[in-house]
Amino acid sequence: MDDFLAARSQMALSLGFHIIYSCIGMVMPFFMAVAHYRWLRTGNATYRNVTKAWSKGVAIFFATGAVSGTMLSFELGLLWPRFMEHAGPIFGMPFSLEGTAFFIEAIALGFFLYGWDRFHPWFHWFTGVVVGVSGLASGILVVAANAWMNSPAGFDYVNGQYLNIDPIQAMFNDAWASQALHMTVAAFAATGFAVAGVHAIMLLKRQNVTFHQRAFAIAAAFGAVAAVLQPLSGDVSAKDVARRQPAKLAAMEAHFRTEKAAALVLGGLPDEKAGQVNYAVKIPGLLSFLAHGNFAQEVTGLDRIRPEDRPPVLVPHLAFQLMVGLGMLMLGIALLYFWARWRRRAWLHSRWLLRLFAAATPAGFLAVEAGWTVTEVGRQPWIINGVMRTADAVTPMPGVVYSFYLFTAVYLSLSVVVVFLLYRQIKMVPVLYDVPPQVSLA
Amino acid sequence: MMAYVVIAYLCLAILAYLLLGGADFGAGIVELFTRGKDRRLLRQTMYHAIGPIWEANHMWLIIAVVILFVGFPRIYSVMSTYLHIPLLLMLMGIIARGTAFVFRNYDAVHDQMQVLYGRVFRYSSLLTPFFLGVIAASLIAGYIDPQAPDFWAAYMGSWLHGFGLAVGAFTVALCAYLASVYTIGEANSAADRRRFVRETRRATVAAVLCGALVFGAAQLEGIPLANWVFGNAVGLSAIAAATASLVALWVLLPDGSAAVLRVLAGFQATMILLAVGYAHFPAFVVLRHGAALSLVRELAPAKTTAALGWALLVGSLFILPALFYLYYSFQRASTRPESAH
Repeated sequence: MDDFLAARSQMALSLGFHIIYSCIGMVMPFFMAVAHYRWLRTGNATYRNVTKAWSKGVAIFFATGAVSGTMLSFELGLLWPRFMEHAGPIFGMPFSLEGTAFFIEAIALGFFLYGWDRFHPWFHWFTGVVVGVSGLASGILVVAANAWMNSPAGFDYVNGQYLNIDPIQAMFNDAWASQALHMTVAAFAATGFAVAGVHAIMLLKRQNVTFHQRAFAIAAAFGAVAAVLQPLSGDVSAKDVARRQPAKLAAMEAHFRTEKAAALVLGGLPDEKAGQVNYAVKIPGLLSFLAHGNFAQEVTGLDRIRPEDRPPVLVPHLAFQLMVGLGMLMLGIALLYFWARWRRRAWLHSRWLLRLFAAATPAGFLAVEAGWTVTEVGRQPWIINGVMRTADAVTPMPGVVYSFYLFTAVYLSLSVVVVFLLYRQIKMVPVLYDVPPQVSLA
Repeated sequence: MMAYVVIAYLCLAILAYLLLGGADFGAGIVELFTRGKDRRLLRQTMYHAIGPIWEANHMWLIIAVVILFVGFPRIYSVMSTYLHIPLLLMLMGIIARGTAFVFRNYDAVHDQMQVLYGRVFRYSSLLTPFFLGVIAASLIAGYIDPQAPDFWAAYMGSWLHGFGLAVGAFTVALCAYLASVYTIGEANSAADRRRFVRETRRATVAAVLCGALVFGAAQLEGIPLANWVFGNAVGLSAIAAATASLVALWVLLPDGSAAVLRVLAGFQATMILLAVGYAHFPAFVVLRHGAALSLVRELAPAKTTAALGWALLVGSLFILPALFYLYYSFQRASTRPESAH
């Protein structure tokens, strides 16, 4: 493995892990706030227990998200010093605002986790909401920085010089709105399905039924709403990418030749050398419609992109298919769930619906990783789209490959421990929260 | 104008990280050097003291890094290139420590894993500030050489020198010192206080010895540290004030007010940073052959500096009141009735 590939792999690995920790860390506080609200309103102790159990998950994920985020703020420089030297002052605005949001989140989390019975109950509840809101703000701001890499703005690039820098204009770049919307909804869908899935598994084991039912209902509702909204935001994103980054759209759709009434390629295995897709199902005109809202319109193919500026096709295409497929699966489950809540209450207690949710536990996060792969690999060979190549940004230090091995070992062991810890939290639910009422008062 | 705001916030963030993050690391270091009953007592006391605030204490590092890469992009880029390896080692410490702290407090089952979390927590509490010290020393030691001919000179020689290692050791001792002074205020009984005072005396001796080591290493390597610190009125008076307050602290340790002790310890750390920083300001990175990267000259373009300055000013309107209320709410937490959490 050469150093450039090692640097890219290390960045992909770090972001790939961070994205999971931070999605959970920014979405679960909202689930927690709903359960907490119900506990304060109804006095039903199950909701208090659900809140406390979830808050431990939030603490674990916030801490891992915070350290992996700290690492990333250094890794940007360690791996891509030439990128940061130029990009820092341009796309730094969202990071400086995010610093505040993140700080507020850490403070609010201190209040929330250690504030039981210490503050007015509604102030305590409010600090939990602040954790969620500031976490969400952090996420949206960080996406602005990534959006800038896709859609650079706020400077003039003249003869290799970055002139007339305007960080505010850079922050409000063309890609921010659609990317932030898509990522936020994805975080809710992924976390909702993951949490609902875990509680569904416990319900299938008939353990602590009331506890897990209440928890499941909250998480599933969030996840299902997000899963229904996500295709709409995906449509906005696709049209946006088609307009701003035709090369990325062509790569994710494996659209090699520019044509009118372009067909949508479902599945298949792109052959980049031959410039064709094998074993695929093609739906005529649909790509033109999805990309531009018109069945006849021309869609730019990779043939219009200079060979040295073309992104890889195989990886973005497969990742895109995976993301859309998982999104459709989650949409289907979500619609069934709404139908059940509205018309078929009996389904809510049926094992098959729980099995569906249990099976879909990882679906959202797999889709998040796939989507992240599409946007990052689809932007290659650029680190700043059309301005700076990734290969020109990498650190001159040799031996990055050892750093990559080190990070791989660290992230893998960290993930093993986090999963182990969550497993033990869930296993201990009966001991921690199922004590008879007279004992729990002690 | 905003240039000064940005520079001031950078200095503030570094100082806050040294005092708050440093005390936080110190808790783990002191735990590492105590045994048995003392360690358990210390661990319990520190958990109550730092549990609610430790995440916030480490945010200062993020603030400092963000100011560096937005406001001083070339400094950030040079640091991350030539100090890649110590930064990487520091990051390993940060990730190990942060996760081990949470894992040991949030593992639902208490078993052998606790031993592992505890060990990782203690050793990473020592390694992280050690490498922070190495990095800080390497910024001013003048060993960073962008024209270096080989890997060793460019990426190892930049940080692997006696002065850096000595400053690393001093940083560790300083963190332990800050933490042990801080714990005195958390003592619940006279006996506990005597234990914590004993810890503090040990940490004080260690810090003074490591300080001497730093001067020795600088002498050996021809780094004019004495000239930086004692060569101007500001440095000289800062060190004099720090020494005087150290004597006062030593005398007050057994019976003095905990708040006064904390202020004295914080004051000493601030004076040390001031003495070394003042000699170099506005230089932030000193390169080989005398060239330097200055905070004034390397500042980002005007619009970026203005936006960053405003973001910091407005951000602190939110952060500082919330942070003070957090500290206020949880001070002497250990004496209040504890609830399950």
